[in-house]
Amino acid sequence: MTCSEFLALLDDLIDDSVSAETRSELQQHLRGCGHCEVTLNTTRKTIEIYRSHEIYDLPSDLRERLHAAIMARCKKGC
Amino acid sequence: MATIQPIAGELEPHPDVALVERVRAGDVSAYDTLVRKYDRQVFRIAQHITQNREDAEDVMQDAFLKAYQKIDQFQGNSKFYTWLVRIAVNESLMRLRKRRTGKMVSIDEDIETDEGNVPRDLADWAPDPEQNYGQAELAEILRKTIQGLPQGFRIVFVLRDVEGLSTEETAETLGLSIPAVKSRLLRARLQLRERLSRYFRKKKRTRPAKLGETRNDK
Repeated sequence: MTCSEFLALLDDLIDDSVSAETRSELQQHLRGCGHCEVTLNTTRKTIEIYRSHEIYDLPSDLRERLHAAIMARCKKGC
Repeated sequence: MATIQPIAGELEPHPDVALVERVRAGDVSAYDTLVRKYDRQVFRIAQHITQNREDAEDVMQDAFLKAYQKIDQFQGNSKFYTWLVRIAVNESLMRLRKRRTGKMVSIDEDIETDEGNVPRDLADWAPDPEQNYGQAELAEILRKTIQGLPQGFRIVFVLRDVEGLSTEETAETLGLSIPAVKSRLLRARLQLRERLSRYFRKKKRTRPAKLGETRNDK
């Protein structure tokens, strides 16, 4: 397997949607390719960081204000 | 009015199904529960698309009002959340269009780029690289980095990886084919990885990169 072929399957590997056979081919490639190993690990970390950090917080006072505005209009039939 | 029936053989119906039924029967408090359940997600998605806080506030209100008005059109063959996200994405794009005085805005714009398809920065990252930054600085890095992605990649990444929609739900929400979602997701992930490497790669010296050192990709 080449690095390009590995990259084409990177998402499927990360999302755990590869067959056992493909997985074993990917793992075999990883054992001999430090670059693809770094790419895999840092891509996984990228996703994890975006998942676990709130970058657009909704402060509670703003949340309550928007919530009140939405519900007031819904009660009036919008 | 047809009631929403869970598909035979499926597990327990999603709790939103009962809430939607109550809203349809005129119970506004059930809608209150739905708004509280999903307001943060809708606000986040709107911010990612409009990249403007005031617009995101307007989008959040408009999306929830529109969903309330159209609740009878919700078929129940998708999740309420996915249906709501579709409304929020459309409202966000409309808001962008308004701000750009009618200029066409679509999720396809700016995607003609080859950047990041082949990893160039192959340096490994420090272990727990986010520990090198304070919370506010890290949030700023993450915001700047994702804002630099082409819109069509950014939306796919946000829906799929941040908000947890499946590939199929993302495709349905954005009106894209499944191969198109997969291709955009791969490119979005690789581009973000490449850009974050500037901050998170192992350093020869201990000083982490500062925000001002980022180069402008546009």
